[in-house]
Amino acid sequence: MTMSSSAIDISASPEKLEGWNRPASIAESGDGELLEVAMGPHHPSTHGVFRMDVSLDGERVVRLKPVFGYLHRNHEKIAESISYLASMPYTDRLDYICPLTNNWAYALAVEKLVGQAVPERAEYLRVILGELTRFQNHAGSIGFLIQEMGASGTPLMYAFREREKILDLFEELTGARMMVNYMRFGGCRVDASPAWLEKTRTVVAGLPGFVDEFEALLATNEILVARTQGVGVLKPEVAVNAGVTGAMLRASGVDYDIRKVDSYGIYDRFKFRVPLGDHGDVYDRFMIRLLEMRESIGILQQALKEIPGGPVMDPKAKIRGFRPKPGEAYGRIEAPKGELGFYLISDGGPNPYRYRVRPPSLINLTVLEDMCLGHDVADVVLIFGSVDIVLGEVDR
Amino acid sequence: MKTVEEIKSMIEAAIPGAGVEIASNPNPALPHSLRIAPGCALDVAKFLRDDAELKLDYLSNVTGVDWPNSLEAVYHLYSVEKKHGPVVIRMHTVNRSDQVDLPSLAPVWRSAEFQEREVFDLYGIVFTGHPDLRRLLMWDGFKDHPMRRDYVEPDDFEYEPTAHDEVLKRAEAHRNREQGSEIRDQEDGAMA
Repeated sequence: MTMSSSAIDISASPEKLEGWNRPASIAESGDGELLEVAMGPHHPSTHGVFRMDVSLDGERVVRLKPVFGYLHRNHEKIAESISYLASMPYTDRLDYICPLTNNWAYALAVEKLVGQAVPERAEYLRVILGELTRFQNHAGSIGFLIQEMGASGTPLMYAFREREKILDLFEELTGARMMVNYMRFGGCRVDASPAWLEKTRTVVAGLPGFVDEFEALLATNEILVARTQGVGVLKPEVAVNAGVTGAMLRASGVDYDIRKVDSYGIYDRFKFRVPLGDHGDVYDRFMIRLLEMRESIGILQQALKEIPGGPVMDPKAKIRGFRPKPGEAYGRIEAPKGELGFYLISDGGPNPYRYRVRPPSLINLTVLEDMCLGHDVADVVLIFGSVDIVLGEVDR
Repeated sequence: MKTVEEIKSMIEAAIPGAGVEIASNPNPALPHSLRIAPGCALDVAKFLRDDAELKLDYLSNVTGVDWPNSLEAVYHLYSVEKKHGPVVIRMHTVNRSDQVDLPSLAPVWRSAEFQEREVFDLYGIVFTGHPDLRRLLMWDGFKDHPMRRDYVEPDDFEYEPTAHDEVLKRAEAHRNREQGSEIRDQEDGAMA
């Protein structure tokens, strides 16, 4: 579509970033006046209640300021007034598309704080559930992206058909499709039955066919290519400096996957590749998600083959009267949306002194204005969709 | 990855007079952090980002902590290039009431932009040098800082559709309490 992005130079060198010189705004054409538009909070493309205050010069965006807080309920304050375990079900409600990775990140942070070990089988279950979560998140986010491009329904329903199968697995194991409340400090709440594992193997065996179909349907589609290539370019040095993580960072060509860097859990046992983009545009972000889905299938197949028997909960893990020793810990995982971290300070009491969620969705939006400047307002919807956010996590 | 002690001596060698102390984690099994004097925080931050050995180019997490006598800002740094971290740095304000300003590190790492706004919003730390310090989650007319431990929730009971005796009495008591203390009136100016 629009290639007028050449008017701005986002390729700021590290020195240029010094002292905060982002492109504050781009030159106006000079004819006519600017139009101020509040996109949201009830715009269907904002994935919830999110507002962008946009200044338009004709169709071109010259300024964009995100406005947050419509879904704010001060999750952190609530978590500081209740026990550690009582926050576990609330983490489901942060990024409600991926509750299991939220559980995992929180459990990881608390386990770090108290030095709690996790049994082997629980680690495998966490990996299986985490990768299933990643798969359905990426499929859904691609589906929504195409939906916002105007392909009403079909690709999204293809994605949701697969998501439905995965949610059925979650429901069978945890009792809920989305509000799972599954992980515990030192393991998982319930064990997976052999029948569940068998069912999961069947579902996973069907996933490669879905990805092939999805890719054949979309990757070379003329409209998709025309609308996404060269749109919303994000340079790697800007992305790193702005703390962008997840598929968006890797689409800009930065090799940083916390599963590889930290090898948390048992990720060092699995063979998988980290796909990287070349251009950092919307198309690359779409393609990286597609490729990550393939890698997730690879991890799932390995994990389902190797999963050992044994307990899913450390028998020595303390549940009643859980009071960590004073100290602080930061635990982070590669959630489908980026780096999800929990920072905890304990003063020895039953509830955390400080509980902080590092929300990837919020921080990935730091560069939204940079990516949108100079593009048409129709492209803003696509660029915003390619960031992949959930407002439950942005506003907390 | 260098230890906290080594990083401290590296900073002191590069920036003479930098007030860097090791803030020990109460739990010795967990990593310690560095307490930076706010006066030279920007120089230290630039050094940590640009030093060839450390290259802490990625600021992951910024958060505030409300301690009994001061407010604290905590920064978690990683290196994308060298794939190490975290290095935790922290700064303290002088007190909790009138000297609550700290230098903003957003000019060094842009990921601090929204996160420092959030800390300002919820804890009331004023980050000097931040390019756009506004409230992030609460609305602009809001007056207090909800994550502080002495925050008192407003009594919104008079807005209940069927406000009755007991509810109105509580609202009245709250209003008196507010006037007798230093609690800022949250609703005042919200509609402006």
